[in-house]
Amino acid sequence: MSFTQNDSPPALVVDNLRKVYRNGVEALKGVSLTVQPGDFFALLGPNGAGKSTLIGILSSLVNASSGDARVFGRSVARERSEAMRLIGLVPQEINFNQFEKPFDICVNEAGFYGIPRKLAAERAEKYLKELRLWDKAFHQAREMSGGMKRRLMIARAMMNEPRLLILDEPTAGVDIEIRRSMWHFVSAINAAGTTVILTTHYLEEAESLCRNIAIIDHGTIIENTSMKRLLATLDVETFVLDLAEPPGELPSVAGIALRRIDERTLEAEMARKQDLNTLFSALTHHGITVHSMRTKTNRLEELFVRLVEQGRTPEREKAA
Amino acid sequence: MSSSTNLVALYTVARREIVRILRIWTQTLIPPVITMTLYFIIFGKLIGSRIGKIEGDFSYMQYIVPGLVMMSIINNSYMNISSSFYGAKFQRSVEEMLVAPMANWAILYGYVIGAVARALVVGALVLVVALFFTSLHVAHPLTALAAVLLGAVIFALAGFINAVFASKFDDIALVPTFVITPLTYLGGVFYSINMLGEPWRAISHANPILYMVNAFRYGILGISDVSVGGAFAVMLMFIAGLTMAALYLLRRGVGLRS
Repeated sequence: MSFTQNDSPPALVVDNLRKVYRNGVEALKGVSLTVQPGDFFALLGPNGAGKSTLIGILSSLVNASSGDARVFGRSVARERSEAMRLIGLVPQEINFNQFEKPFDICVNEAGFYGIPRKLAAERAEKYLKELRLWDKAFHQAREMSGGMKRRLMIARAMMNEPRLLILDEPTAGVDIEIRRSMWHFVSAINAAGTTVILTTHYLEEAESLCRNIAIIDHGTIIENTSMKRLLATLDVETFVLDLAEPPGELPSVAGIALRRIDERTLEAEMARKQDLNTLFSALTHHGITVHSMRTKTNRLEELFVRLVEQGRTPEREKAA
Repeated sequence: MSSSTNLVALYTVARREIVRILRIWTQTLIPPVITMTLYFIIFGKLIGSRIGKIEGDFSYMQYIVPGLVMMSIINNSYMNISSSFYGAKFQRSVEEMLVAPMANWAILYGYVIGAVARALVVGALVLVVALFFTSLHVAHPLTALAAVLLGAVIFALAGFINAVFASKFDDIALVPTFVITPLTYLGGVFYSINMLGEPWRAISHANPILYMVNAFRYGILGISDVSVGGAFAVMLMFIAGLTMAALYLLRRGVGLRS
């Protein structure tokens, strides 16, 4: 499966999208963004930021109050069928009939897209095998574990072989091994040409998989850039140092803030442009041996928290 | 989406419904047959044997068989679609269809076909059980078949609309309890409206179930309280009106889209 990316319209254009629910809550306040074909795009935001509303509009489950979204040039509002044919959706909540069998769930899904039953059965076998669900294909879905159910929703979303795959927190509550196998599958799908939009609360997932990113908060896009450019704006990093012996007096190094965390652990906060050799020279000079070292927090997480907090002025909090 | 791909979608919804009905046949097919058997025993055999001939040369048991078959068709058609579609809403599996490019008519009539299939199987089983209690000579087979088909479609459409509006399981039990059951009992299942005085006889003509029961009774026994042509016209009008209403609700996303 591959798609020509040249001369193709953007995979997704969201144009000044607004959504006001009947209870008066303004979930989206004029959101605009563009996702290029073949991209692996992260859509991040805290709970209640508007991510699910945006995905709901893209998948036609939520009607926009104004604005439009176009999937490969097809308007979700005016050319719903054509736009939906291009989308695969993995929703946040389990939304298949748990009394049905995974094979039937996948084949029926294909049927809803007008795919003949024979071809649907071939695809169901292919994707259930790729997602390591084939041995459960003919058992009731309710017998499956949470991770299996999430993989089933990915298999189901692949039945129409979409050009745009939207994953709404696909790895929530899934153990790391299964999460990695899901990343591997989705990365392969993306490498084959499918555009992927991912929302997740696991920011290391977004950082390692996605090339571009938008952060949404209170219904507004507060950042929309490439992952590389966003991470480059992080000017401070914090390292955690595990020591061989409890240290005596801590060295004083210009530009590096050293703090004791416990008897054998230090925390060093330093500018990204500063080299680590300065820190290690000073520690060695003071007879401090470092056993191991790790970054304290995920870089994207650091930025995410900072951006969201910057955007939360008292006025905006009140308005929200 | 082209009509051929919509036909695949229609087939998929209908097939899924029929598979579901067969998977839980002990809940979908057997209970109505047992209920109707009790009606035959109590009203037809025990009480009916004391009533004598009705509407000419028919025993009371023969007279009520078409009404009871139609009653089971109506109930099963309605309950099947309302519980199945509301269940899909409740566990959100309806979203599988809502995010797909399929047309609304394919969703609607996929469910209707499923409901009609269950109603016809139950109706056939009830008719077979009836033959253990009385003999029947089908006067107009095609009329009988058309009457059950249209009756099942009408109540499938009504059940679908009920499920669209329902926000809890109680909501799909209200209409059968407070609307369908009274209308069925007052719709000439157990008596001829010719036995009623005015104004009850005239009022009975406002009951749509009267036309379904009598069209089917004409098909089986060859007798009817109302004009058979008029009965079919009323049924077709209901189908057109309910189809338009259901498609309008789906287009607007009432109870389905935010």
